[in-house]
Amino acid sequence: MSAVEQTLAKQLALVIDLDVCVGCHACVTSCKQWNTSGAAGPLADDDAYGNTPSGTFFNRVQTWEAGEYPATETVHLPKSCLHCQDPPCVPVCPTGASYKRKQDGIVLVDYDKCIGCKYCSWACPYGAREFDEERQVMTKCTLCVDRIHDAKLAPEDRKPACVMACPTGARLFGDVNDPGSEVSIAIAERGGYELMPEWETKPANRYLPRRVKGPQA
Amino acid sequence: MNPAWSVVVFTTAAGAGQGVVLALLWAQWVGASLATGTLRSALAVALVLQALGLAASFLHLGHPQRAWRAVLMWRTSWLSREVIVLPMFMAATGAWLWHGAPLGLVSECLMFALALLLWYCTAMIYACLRFVQEWAHGLTRMHFIFTGAASGAVVALAVVALAGEAAAVRALALWAAALLLVAWAVRVAMLRRNAALKPRSTSQSATGLPQAKLVQQHMGMTGGSFNTREFFHGASRLALSRVRWALHGLAYGLPLVCVLAGLYMGALWPWLLGCLSLVPGLLAERWLFFAQARHPQNVYYQLVS
Repeated sequence: MSAVEQTLAKQLALVIDLDVCVGCHACVTSCKQWNTSGAAGPLADDDAYGNTPSGTFFNRVQTWEAGEYPATETVHLPKSCLHCQDPPCVPVCPTGASYKRKQDGIVLVDYDKCIGCKYCSWACPYGAREFDEERQVMTKCTLCVDRIHDAKLAPEDRKPACVMACPTGARLFGDVNDPGSEVSIAIAERGGYELMPEWETKPANRYLPRRVKGPQA
Repeated sequence: MNPAWSVVVFTTAAGAGQGVVLALLWAQWVGASLATGTLRSALAVALVLQALGLAASFLHLGHPQRAWRAVLMWRTSWLSREVIVLPMFMAATGAWLWHGAPLGLVSECLMFALALLLWYCTAMIYACLRFVQEWAHGLTRMHFIFTGAASGAVVALAVVALAGEAAAVRALALWAAALLLVAWAVRVAMLRRNAALKPRSTSQSATGLPQAKLVQQHMGMTGGSFNTREFFHGASRLALSRVRWALHGLAYGLPLVCVLAGLYMGALWPWLLGCLSLVPGLLAERWLFFAQARHPQNVYYQLVS
C-alpha cells in the first residue's frame, strides 16, 4: 500500500503559517459553508443555537499558550486532515470507502460505501475525522475536491474554501511533491514541519513555525 | 477511548462462543466423549453466543444494511478479515451441531484453527493500531485467545455438568482452570504494562511548538465534538478502580474458585455460579480494555481530560 503512495507524482496539501494565523476561525466557517452546501454535505449541526452546539466540521482552530510568563506566546493551530502520504486510516477501512486518490493524493471517504463503523477514526492519530451523527457516516476534509478541479471557476478561485477565506494569507495550497511549487519553497525556506512525526504517517500538510522574536530573541 | 457497548458485547460473547467449541474439541481429544444430546446443547449455546455477538456488532454500525461491503478489503483490513471468518466459524459450528457426533481429526483440526484465526483477527483489529500503545502489543493477541478460550471453557463445563457427564466434567474443569489461570496472568501483565506506558505523543510533538510549557487554551469548539465524545470514557478514577476489581474478581477470580470448588465438592451450583459471574466480569474486563487505551488524538483535547 505505502509503496504506491510514495511514488505519487502529485500530492496536494495545505501549508499553514503559524506566524501569520490570528485565530479568527474564518477558515472554519468558510469550510463549513462550502462543504455543507457541496458534494460533501450536508454537515450535521446539532443544537446550533443552543447551549451545547455540536456538529460536523472538517477544520478546527485551536489555541495554545506556549512558554513561561512573561515569555509566553499565543499560538493558533488550525487542524484538519493532513492527507498523509502513508495514511493509516485507509488500509483499515473494511469496505474501501476510505481511499487515497492516486491523481492528487487527497484522502477521501465515499459516503455511499461507508458503513459507519468508525474504525478509520480510531486509526488516525490526529483525530482528523469526524463522524456525522445525522448521516451516520465518517466525514473529513476533502481539500474542497469539488472546487479545486472545477474548470468553470476562474483559475485563481480553484483553491480550498479555507485558503480563499483566510484574511492574513496564513494558508498556502499546492503540490508538495513539486519542488518548484509555492508550498514546497515555503516548506524549504521556513522549515515547514509535520505534526506527530513519531508515527511516520508522512502528513502532506505542513506547518511553518513562528519566527523567534520579542522577549525571546 | 469511550467503550462502545456494542463492541464490548460482541467481542466477549463471540469470544466465549469460540471458547465453547474449543473446549468441546479438547474434551474429545482427551477421550471424554459426549452424548449426542450434550454435544448438541453445548454447540447450540456456542452458536447463540456467536449470534448474540454478531447482532451486537450490527448495532455498532451507522449503516448496517451496507454491512456486506465489509468483506471487500480483506487484503489490508483486519476488520474485513474478521467479518469473513466469523460467519465461516458460525457455519462450521452449525455444521457440527447438525452432525451431532465427533468429527474426524482433520475437521477437528480445521475447527480449532478457525477458532484461533478468528481470535487473531479480532485482536489484530486493535493490535495493528501502532499509535494506540496500550493495544499495539503481542499481549493483546494472547489476551483475546486466552480469555475467550477460558470463558468458553467455563460455559461448556456448566452445560456438560448439567447433563451429568462425569468424565467430560473432570477433563473440562481442568481445562477451564488452566486457561483461567493463564488468561488472568496475561490480563495482569497487560494492566501492569499499561500502568508503566509513557505516551510517545506529547503536546510538543502534536503542535510542533518547542516550548517546554504548553497549555491548551481552546479546543476549537465550545459544545464538544466527535473527538471529545468518541475518545474519552469520562469515568472517574473511583469508577475505574471498581471496574478493575470487577475484572479480577468476576472475570477470573470467582470463576476459577468456582471451577475448583465444583470439582472438589462434586456439586453443580459452583459451576453455574462461575458461568453467571462471567457476564458482569467479562463486560467489566472488556470495558476497561477500551477505556484504558489513550488515543494520541487526546493530546489535542486536553481541556476534556
